[in-house]
Amino acid sequence: MAVLVDRNTRVMTQGFTGAQGTFHASQGIAYGSTYVGGTTPGKGGTMHPELNLPVFDTVAECVEKTQANASVIYVPAPFAADAILEAIDAEIPLVICITEGIPVLDMVRVKRALSGSKSVLVGPNCPGVITPEQCKIGIMPGHIHRAGSVGIVSRSGTLTYEAVAQTTAAGLGQSSCVGIGGDPVKGLDFIDVLEMFLKDDETKSIIMIGEIGGEAEVIGAEYLRRENFGPGKPNKKVVGFIAGATAPPGRRMGHAGAVISGGKDTAAAKMEAMASAGIHVADSPAALGSTMVRALKG
Amino acid sequence: MNIHEYQAKELLRRYGVAVLEGHVAWTPEEAEAAAKKLPGPVYVVKSQIHAGGRGAGRFADDPNGKGGVRLAKSPEEAKAAAAAMIGHTLVTKQTGPGGKLVSRVYVEAGCDIKRELYLGLLVDRSTSRVVIMASTEGGMEIEEVAANHPEKILKVHVDPASGISGFHARKLAFGLGLTGKQVGSFTKFVTSLYGAFLELDCAIVEINPLVVTGAGDIVALDAKVSFDDNALFRHKDLEALRDDSEMDPKELDATKHELNYVALDGEIGCMVNGAGLAMATMDIIKLYGSSPANFLDVGGTANAARVTEAFRIITSDANVKAILVNIFGGIAKCDMIASGIVEASKNLSLSVPLVVRLEGTNVELGKKILAESGLAIIPADNLADAAQKVVAAVKGA
Repeated sequence: MAVLVDRNTRVMTQGFTGAQGTFHASQGIAYGSTYVGGTTPGKGGTMHPELNLPVFDTVAECVEKTQANASVIYVPAPFAADAILEAIDAEIPLVICITEGIPVLDMVRVKRALSGSKSVLVGPNCPGVITPEQCKIGIMPGHIHRAGSVGIVSRSGTLTYEAVAQTTAAGLGQSSCVGIGGDPVKGLDFIDVLEMFLKDDETKSIIMIGEIGGEAEVIGAEYLRRENFGPGKPNKKVVGFIAGATAPPGRRMGHAGAVISGGKDTAAAKMEAMASAGIHVADSPAALGSTMVRALKG
Repeated sequence: MNIHEYQAKELLRRYGVAVLEGHVAWTPEEAEAAAKKLPGPVYVVKSQIHAGGRGAGRFADDPNGKGGVRLAKSPEEAKAAAAAMIGHTLVTKQTGPGGKLVSRVYVEAGCDIKRELYLGLLVDRSTSRVVIMASTEGGMEIEEVAANHPEKILKVHVDPASGISGFHARKLAFGLGLTGKQVGSFTKFVTSLYGAFLELDCAIVEINPLVVTGAGDIVALDAKVSFDDNALFRHKDLEALRDDSEMDPKELDATKHELNYVALDGEIGCMVNGAGLAMATMDIIKLYGSSPANFLDVGGTANAARVTEAFRIITSDANVKAILVNIFGGIAKCDMIASGIVEASKNLSLSVPLVVRLEGTNVELGKKILAESGLAIIPADNLADAAQKVVAAVKGA
């Protein structure tokens, strides 16, 4: 099982022949994932010079010829929304956008196009999705992952790696890791991925890593209170962490979404919401693995 | 990117948004001349800084005097008001205790205010749509209204596919208790403002207060506009509105080198890749008993030159007593960062302890480069170890 991607996933790349597209496709292939081709408008009909895979002008053609069922996007920010819209139009089931710095009003249009479509979007501004030892889509370092039981969902790329390294070191490993990205308007949010993890048999426990800004973590925590904890519910152990406890209000911390604007989107408020829902909140980003080990014993 | 009120009003006027007539002035004499161009008999002189609360704010050298927004009954009075503002530091609720230096004022026509309302536009992350917020509590900070009287904030969300429609505006207008001619005037105002918001890729537009005049017109008395930095590439003309003097000099310097830097007031300088890990690094420093001097995300494409710039900016902060480099390489490669650290320490004389934690892509290569450099680096094995070591270095210093 696992979520979103597995060994049956056939990956295509938009922005295929660019430096990022080339490098990360080669890493994905080296990891053992199935990459089938990609697009670079104007280079259709050629073979990728380094990867020996076909290049197409359009996503629709790439899907038709390669049966790709997931697309990863490395197209530069000014053109990235267009790339996502093209993938949605081609009815690709899974679209993962790595690109950082997409204008938020572009994403407002993309989000509207997603509703009622056949695609789900992960990102933008995210590290991607990996199911260890099966399929790696994105920019995460593959070697830190181990097939295992913890599902990880996070707004931050590098903090995801932190959770991965710590659960690998603890001998737990990961079922799947989903980086949902740091932008205010994005595809899948915590609640969507948490729902997938609750349904997934291989995911025995969950780590969710949030940040200051917005209320998606609180909504996710409320969802777990209703659907995970209690008699007859899955009761999977959940460890949470919120980055930005020391961030001053009103200052944007790198991610477009990471800014405290009201009173309810602080790290303290989110950690409180998580704890009251039944989530084990790690007090330190270095204690994600150890908090999970304790929760599982507990 | 934030801009001044007078710039915002000039922009909005182009989109058909109703604003009062006014002129910017850099000297008291210009302020007097600006007032003479206006019909009178009342003029308003407004300090131009990137912060709210100007009217209630006070000048640092005249704490018992009048605020940063003053009424004048003649061009001479406008000149005197400008003289009291230009070159003086205005302290408001939003500037922090240091205040902000006023370099220019906006001289605006007075107006017959019947009611003060609030109008704001931004992207609502929970619905992924532009939300238009309105309130009868004009002149108050919307955060306060939201906390104390949430029922007094009216909201409409605009579907990006169908765009703004008359009913959106009417819903707000009737909710605000507008009547007769005011409704049509308000509808035109909101529709124009929404157009400007989309066209200019705004992050936030706030009209506070929005006033109803005695004649039933709807006019922006104040205007706060900020743009989505990610969209500035398609608005090159807006770059001219940037006021660098409003930014922290270190942050401005960082922006020029594509570094994401926020100055804080602690003692440990941080260099991290990734915004989330950068925030978490700040948090763990606090947890171990010290405090971060900055937020700094070097980004995924960091090279040796950028790492050097990052070090230069971090060490230009006199409060920094130690530096923590925390890299979990994904897109960023540890060997690249390590070379940057070696390069930086050659070019800058680092006089404070340096703790380096490397993990992820090309970590072995990175560690080797640091080990062979002969630099006095304190290596750390993981995040907790790194935080402990850097805090110990500061406490020992």
